[in-house]
Amino acid sequence: MTGAAPPPAATGAPLLEATGISKAFFGVAALTDVDVRIERGEVMALLGENGAGKSTLVKILTGAYRLDAGSIRLEGAPIEPRSVADAQSLGIGTVYQEVNLLPNLSVAENLYLGRQPRTRLGFLDGRRMQRDARALLARYGLSIDPGALLGTYSVAVQQIVAIARAVDLSGKILVLDEPTASLDARETAMLFDVVRQLKREGLGIVIITHFLDQVFAIADRVTVLRNGRLVGSKAIAELDRLSLITMMLGRELKEETLGRSGSEAAVSAEPLVSFRGYGKRGSIEPFDLDIGRGEVVGIAGLLGSGRTETARLAFGADKADSGTLIVDDQAVSVTSPETAVAQGFAFCPEERKIDGIVADLSVRENIILALQARRGWMKPLPRAEQIAIADRYIKALDIRTAHRDLPIKFLSGGNQQKAILARWLATDPRFLILDEPTRGIDVGAHAEIIRLIEDLRARGLSLLVVSSELEELVAYASRVVVLADHRHVAELSGEAMNPSAIMAAIARPHGSAEPATREVAA
Amino acid sequence: MPDMILARLKRLAPQLIALALVLAANGLVSPNFFDLTWANGRLYGSLIDVLNRGAPVALLAIGMTLVIATKGIDLSVGATMAICGAVAASLVAEGQPLAVALVAALGVGLLCGLWNGFLVAILQLQPIVATLILMVAGRGIAQLVTEGVILTFNDPGFAFLGSGNLLGLPTPVILWLAVALIVGVIVRRSALGLLVEAIGVNRRASALAGVKTRFLVISVYLVSGLCAAVAGLIVTADIRGADANNAGLWLELDAILAVVVGGTSLLGGRFSILASLIGAMIIQSINTGILLAGFPPEFNLIIKAGIIVAILALQSPALGSLWAFLRPAPRSPTPAAPDKKELVAR
Repeated sequence: MTGAAPPPAATGAPLLEATGISKAFFGVAALTDVDVRIERGEVMALLGENGAGKSTLVKILTGAYRLDAGSIRLEGAPIEPRSVADAQSLGIGTVYQEVNLLPNLSVAENLYLGRQPRTRLGFLDGRRMQRDARALLARYGLSIDPGALLGTYSVAVQQIVAIARAVDLSGKILVLDEPTASLDARETAMLFDVVRQLKREGLGIVIITHFLDQVFAIADRVTVLRNGRLVGSKAIAELDRLSLITMMLGRELKEETLGRSGSEAAVSAEPLVSFRGYGKRGSIEPFDLDIGRGEVVGIAGLLGSGRTETARLAFGADKADSGTLIVDDQAVSVTSPETAVAQGFAFCPEERKIDGIVADLSVRENIILALQARRGWMKPLPRAEQIAIADRYIKALDIRTAHRDLPIKFLSGGNQQKAILARWLATDPRFLILDEPTRGIDVGAHAEIIRLIEDLRARGLSLLVVSSELEELVAYASRVVVLADHRHVAELSGEAMNPSAIMAAIARPHGSAEPATREVAA
Repeated sequence: MPDMILARLKRLAPQLIALALVLAANGLVSPNFFDLTWANGRLYGSLIDVLNRGAPVALLAIGMTLVIATKGIDLSVGATMAICGAVAASLVAEGQPLAVALVAALGVGLLCGLWNGFLVAILQLQPIVATLILMVAGRGIAQLVTEGVILTFNDPGFAFLGSGNLLGLPTPVILWLAVALIVGVIVRRSALGLLVEAIGVNRRASALAGVKTRFLVISVYLVSGLCAAVAGLIVTADIRGADANNAGLWLELDAILAVVVGGTSLLGGRFSILASLIGAMIIQSINTGILLAGFPPEFNLIIKAGIIVAILALQSPALGSLWAFLRPAPRSPTPAAPDKKELVAR
């Protein structure tokens, strides 16, 4: 059970035990009386919907927040981490979803930042640092050049470098906050190998993830939070998918309920939006695409296949350098978000924090922003109207916020996403472009957003949805465009549209001269 | 509605307290600091002097607040003051009508703002670099206009802007109050304020939401240039001459300081013009107080710096959390969890 170096004082005591943890922000309880325990050589998955309190709990354990009440014991001894550095020196290291390293420094410098080895004269000992870095990375099966800039490596490698640094600094507990959010399957497997190795070495590992498959693949035990309270902590062997989802949502959820809705719905014949030979050099090859009224068209493809580029081009966030756009039988020019909004287009970008929310402004201001921008600065929305709009969407989309005037940065990811959707729905759009609308949000919010997409389609909106959740995509889309290598390589509809067909289309070799294939079942 | 007034007072509290403390200190070093007398159709007194002498920085602070709210900065306002003063003085000296001179000076101020806005919004230069260009070149331009001399004039109408009285107050006071009122009303009665804040917090997200970021960024530099033009007219009118080398010298720094003392973050976002104006008055009160106290002049800048460090320290987040820590038992405002108190007391 214990690792290579069993700690002296602590036989019997769990590696880390936190009891009665409570924390409130601005009077809103984020955590109430939560107990959590981590054993040596164990991978504990911390699960819960957005806003359940996972991040708050992790930030308390790693010293980023101070707790309001409760106690933490490490190897039986009470600790009170006052800062992230403090927690690190106690033995608790963290790797966040967005890698907190410096891409413009070398791998070795990142590993030893702030503690670079020095020569006897006090100068930095670059050679020793490189040697140490190479040895350290070898333990994780990475044979990369420690002198190269970190930014030149993939996110997966950066993640492992971050883990190597955290483990080297701390060495008892490693917290991984959504480590696989931006990794593909192979990279995830690579990361999990590292996690298993650390587990064998006796580390206690806490992993936060939204991917249930990965929970079953890697975790030994699952701790579930809901609304800031502990729901329970169970060995993975005692759980199946349904019981786990039930714990997280607190209600029975029929797992595979996504019926075909989009493909069966009658789609009006004449398209609302038609792209003809639309493209941008170096970004996406020219493509033709029609989207009918009340139709959802899905876009599938691997990361970097041109999915996001297509969405941005359609909204005018990037300028097309070829082709025409026809909206409602009229050729229009959409060269900027302003011109797109004027045509009744709307766009929820993939990077919610960078491109979506205006963090310091209130939920109300975030919701009315696009509408206000369209009206122009000279025609302010009266305050009463702003409040009415904000309250209407907070209620309609069930945006969980303590108050409409709370800065949006205090909301959880799923609620921020709903607020961005509200921002666009308030402009009463006719064409809505969604880039990964359900990415990084929890199961419950997932289901709500899908329901919303179907509602909007039923109300006659045209939607273009980029998603890597293929099961969902085929459920609500009437057609799926498949992208690979910045080209539209296939368009699937009807019975031919299913996840395995999409994956086959992505995987098929693409001759550059060959036109996009259309596969429509009779 | 009373809630909103209360919220605004809470936002302004640090600035108002700092102003009160500085004024109280002035009252200690100069017992007749608060005396006001009426003579020659206007009020006289140290307080009026603070309002009057603080006019240039107050005017600059109005534009600077908007620029800083977009996450920008305008280092060129001091030089813009010199250019606009020189333009007005040279036209008046040539015998042009005063109205022509004033309109020309304001137009040149707008032109300076347009130049900065072009560099920042269209060429996407960093604001500090973009406005540094005019800060350096502007003095040269002003010298070209004055042809290297201190250009004096004798036009009572123009001089009135600097040393006349209006409604019982010195003209500069009325001018900065009027500009502040106009800009403040336009910004807060329209959606300009919200959109400017949105750009300052997240320009990419704002642009994707359809906000005309270029137009708005250019606009704030235009306002800044216009405010600098008015400030330049006041200092030129005050000395009845355009001094290309010294008009508005280093005032951009005082204006930035006024905005910072007013609590608007240099990272952009939420702003308050009123708070920046209070900041400008704090700075001027310190200047006046040091003069009245009769310290040797070589101490002035050091004392000023010390007081400003103290004010900024009072506003700092680090001190804020220390303050929260020192307060007895942090209790949750929701009455839902009274049972937690003994745990907290620990």
